Amino acid sequence: MNAPLRHRDVGPRLLVLDNRGWAIDRPRSDLSTLFEPGDLIVANDAATLPASLFGLHEPTRADIEVRLAGWVDAGDPTRFIAVLFGAGDHRTRTEHRPLPPPMEAGDRLVLGRLVARVEAIEGHPRLARLRFSGGHDAIFAGLAASGRPIQYAHRPDPLALWDMWTPFASRPFAFEPPSAGFALDWRMVDTWRRRGIGFATLTHAAGISSTGDPALDARLPLDEPYDIPDRTSQLIAETRATGKRVIAIGTTVVRALEAAAAKSGSVEVGGGVASGRITGDTKLRIVDAMLTGVHQPGESHFELLRAFADEAVLRHIAVAIIGRGYRTHEFGDSVLVERAK
Amino acid sequence: MTYPNSLSGLRVAVTGGTSGLGLALVRQFSGAGADVAFTARTAAAVERTAMATGAHGIVGDIAAKTDIYLAALQVLGVLGGLDVLVNNASTLGPVPLSLLSDTDCEALESALGVNVVGPFRLTKAVYGALAGSARQGRKPLVINIVSDAAVSAYPTWGAYGTSKAALLHMTRIWAEEAKGDGVDFVALDPGDMDTPMHALADPEADPSALKRPEDSAAEILSLVRDRLPAIGTARVGETA
Repeated sequence: MNAPLRHRDVGPRLLVLDNRGWAIDRPRSDLSTLFEPGDLIVANDAATLPASLFGLHEPTRADIEVRLAGWVDAGDPTRFIAVLFGAGDHRTRTEHRPLPPPMEAGDRLVLGRLVARVEAIEGHPRLARLRFSGGHDAIFAGLAASGRPIQYAHRPDPLALWDMWTPFASRPFAFEPPSAGFALDWRMVDTWRRRGIGFATLTHAAGISSTGDPALDARLPLDEPYDIPDRTSQLIAETRATGKRVIAIGTTVVRALEAAAAKSGSVEVGGGVASGRITGDTKLRIVDAMLTGVHQPGESHFELLRAFADEAVLRHIAVAIIGRGYRTHEFGDSVLVERAK
Repeated sequence: MTYPNSLSGLRVAVTGGTSGLGLALVRQFSGAGADVAFTARTAAAVERTAMATGAHGIVGDIAAKTDIYLAALQVLGVLGGLDVLVNNASTLGPVPLSLLSDTDCEALESALGVNVVGPFRLTKAVYGALAGSARQGRKPLVINIVSDAAVSAYPTWGAYGTSKAALLHMTRIWAEEAKGDGVDFVALDPGDMDTPMHALADPEADPSALKRPEDSAAEILSLVRDRLPAIGTARVGETA
């Protein structure tokens, strides 16, 4: 990549929506001055897999693109849920991409250095469960050699893996970047620490954001596994016990924390699966505020804001986003929304 | 030689793991029960070392910008995270050793690429994982292998000495900056060892007068043991 991205852009912006429904424009660098001592920031530390693989459907010799989109067993790289496309690449908007050739269980896919077999078609011609040949080391080597990060139609230049990892990227677990984390850097974490604001992480398998196929998009997000460390659960409990706030960096953190608290009301340690959408009907138990990218009304990420704020505030956001020229997309500006409900 | 099984659960990455000190480190960390990934440039040597040690072998060139994230992906993929990074891969620069006035600019650049920029890139790529290890109470450590040539001005060691001096200073600065994140950095001079690299630099040297790389590796393991008291047998899970 030649063009600078994310926070290296000139002056990224932050739209702050407080719990009274007020919208304030700020430079995003102000993030380090926000929040109160005792508050806790929680980010998703998943690294992003190079989840896009090009190759052949062997029975028909047809060109295909496979986008890994979900784990079958969390963290086991031998099996994935994948979204399939016919010929073409990311420069064609996904909604215009042709269907893959008809596939059935047992079909062999040759994807660069990787070989996979279709285990099952998952109720839609674009959605399949795949099993890759080889052990974990060989599959990660094959992903490194032949995989590319899932590309975006709005960015014609290819994005490299280093564009897709947030500063906190740790275990390769996400299929698309937990992009709210691009707004943060280590200096910000350091400033928060000096101000008595905590920082913790969880790992959540941020999934594919859109397939371009309405029937399939209606099924998104797919079930997304997450893992919550002891220490993070402990810090959240301490934060809540002192009446301070938990601030989620990104929708994936909201999904993971609220799923982990669904049973007992407190965040349970360990692995779990976040399923279903967060909507206006979702009662948030843990998260008091969320930093997220800028999304247009109608996108699922925008709809998730309904859990935080009511219709009037959302209209405010929509007007501000369009009227004040906020940049959408994964590498654009940010919105910080406080829970008013 | 067998080692006490005292590093089980420790996730270690070593660059340049197929010869000299790197190979000795891969052997000894693996022998001590750590989960080890290593990188090197030559596929055949990587496969051989992986077979012999049970460690995870990764083919990659520390000097190649495009290899770094792919290596980080594999390290973090197969280990699930990282507690110890040993930036060991290294180049002498021009061979035979030459006066700086005779050193090609490209040779100096290439030495800086392998010995400074490569370790910088890889450390940055896995820094998120190291800081994550710190938040779990696992006391992560970056070990950068330097040399007395980083401190003393040895004639004809210009490219190497300059690059190792830069690596040493980068280590010191990073150590200061990373304190708050709980990531420790240390620069280690393993001494003059009987390795293929030393033979290149000084073909006349008497191997029996040199330190065995196994002994330097053992010293590094004992440093890791001493500095990572919480990451002992079966204690790893409890410290999370």
